[in-house]
Amino acid sequence: MSVLVYLENWEGQFKKNTWEAALYASKTATMQGTEAIGVVIGDINESAEEAGKYGLSKVLHVNDAALASFDANRYAQAFAHLAQENNASTIIISGTFNGKALAPALSIKHNAALLSNVVDLPTNVNPLTVKRGVFSGKGFNDLSSTETNNIVLFVPNSIPLEEGSGAASVESASFASADEKTVVVESIDRVKGKIPLPEAERVVSGGRGLKGPENWTMVEELAEVLEAGTACSKPVSDMDWRPHSEHVGQTGITIKPNLYIAIGISGAIQHLAGVSASRTIVAINSDAEAPFFKAADYGIVGDAFQVVPKLTEELKKFKAAN
Amino acid sequence: MKVLVCISHVPDTTSKINFTADNSAFDKNGVQFVINPYDEFGLTRAVWFKEKQGAQITVLNVGRAETEPTLRKALAIGADAAIRVDADPSDSFYVAQQIAAVAKEGAYDLIIAGRESIDYNGGQVPGMVASILNFPFVNACVGMEVSDNEASLIREIDGGKEKVKASLPLVIGGQKGLVEEKDLRIPNMRGIMQARSKSLDVRAPQEIAAKTSTGSFTKPAPKSAVKMIDADNVAELVRLLHEEAKVI
Repeated sequence: MSVLVYLENWEGQFKKNTWEAALYASKTATMQGTEAIGVVIGDINESAEEAGKYGLSKVLHVNDAALASFDANRYAQAFAHLAQENNASTIIISGTFNGKALAPALSIKHNAALLSNVVDLPTNVNPLTVKRGVFSGKGFNDLSSTETNNIVLFVPNSIPLEEGSGAASVESASFASADEKTVVVESIDRVKGKIPLPEAERVVSGGRGLKGPENWTMVEELAEVLEAGTACSKPVSDMDWRPHSEHVGQTGITIKPNLYIAIGISGAIQHLAGVSASRTIVAINSDAEAPFFKAADYGIVGDAFQVVPKLTEELKKFKAAN
Repeated sequence: MKVLVCISHVPDTTSKINFTADNSAFDKNGVQFVINPYDEFGLTRAVWFKEKQGAQITVLNVGRAETEPTLRKALAIGADAAIRVDADPSDSFYVAQQIAAVAKEGAYDLIIAGRESIDYNGGQVPGMVASILNFPFVNACVGMEVSDNEASLIREIDGGKEKVKASLPLVIGGQKGLVEEKDLRIPNMRGIMQARSKSLDVRAPQEIAAKTSTGSFTKPAPKSAVKMIDADNVAELVRLLHEEAKVI
């Protein structure tokens, strides 16, 4: 028996998110009294041996032309094959965009229960039981599998990253491609220099209080000094001040960064649902009655146009001194 | 083109969420139910297909009779017929199998579901349906055009977007971007009247065993009281974030 984990890479690079998955898998494997094996797909620019620092002793590297671009069905077929070859009953996947597309297709092929939107390590391994987020952050639920084969799809930033020592052995592996109905990728358009929201450890977010898209420069400057992702409230995305991909909240992206700074966002229940899992929340609003202050750890009542540039300045000073 | 739009019946986004006294289930008391917002973007996109290039739209829900007003609303927005599989939607695998069975029988060209439902947030059903039927699958779909049995789609990826092509039949997990918020339709009187005479077919479910079982529900722990900082003393916030919260 073993645990398989998808070590995703982005244009050949691993990220913190990759190692969180590795650590999640090795901790789950320890609970099950077995070992975790990593799976890397495609060309990589750095060594997968790094996975050893997060408890993996072996990584399988599959470099097959059929997997050159992401397709949920084809990737699911590859993972189902590797799971069978390695006698893996549990598969760990991080909830990235590709991870979320892969997991359901794989659950059918691997004849597995899919436990998704998982926010912590499993609470029990027999039966496999997890804590999952429900009602878009308004609640949690204990979910148990009734199957032997399982897939856990966890929310990025769910467990703290601990770095150990060691190097994983990397072996190449292959899979037999069968006739899957796939999509053909024509082009990829990545926004350069931006931190994708689901994995961002810090997020700076703006609302209607910022009065217009032209005022986002100060949000971006604050985000830059904090190495944070930028986000916005639903009305801001609806009015096209900011792209949809930045909308956090109940019908947008649910995030759980270490630090969430809300600027000029009142804190409607739909918005709070998507961000309340953040470890520390700072609200900056000119209205002392804004509901966000009830959900925040730190609050400043004041004019964002004065407070935000000052905060950026102070953070620059802090960074220079530390 | 035959389009199947899967509709979840979910609490309105403004709902306060409560659980039953023994925390074993969601408490539906006093809650207003709506079409799952992710599904509504897909439904509206389907109505555009119908208006611009011709399409027959069937909406589908797996649920008990209480979900029929939600299906009637979808009919009022522009769907042609509705199907309700009369069962408790016990888990995503169960629901996906019911949808796949309806899809197979009806030979649909395009199956649209929301990327996730805002109640249990599983995000599982569309990908499972695609895999069961061996149809191509595009998740987090924010743009879709169809001509001559081929679809051009845009999907969201980490930090960007990807353009893909796929042949029909096809399954998508949709979201905002398929249409915009301002494009969503509020049913008018004519639509509501017409919806009353459209077909709503109630079917018995396939016998399928769920793969998961739900235990206890909890609410997030309440935040401790907020610490207010004077707008003229922003340096204090930086100090607290470093020394107390330890996030910088």
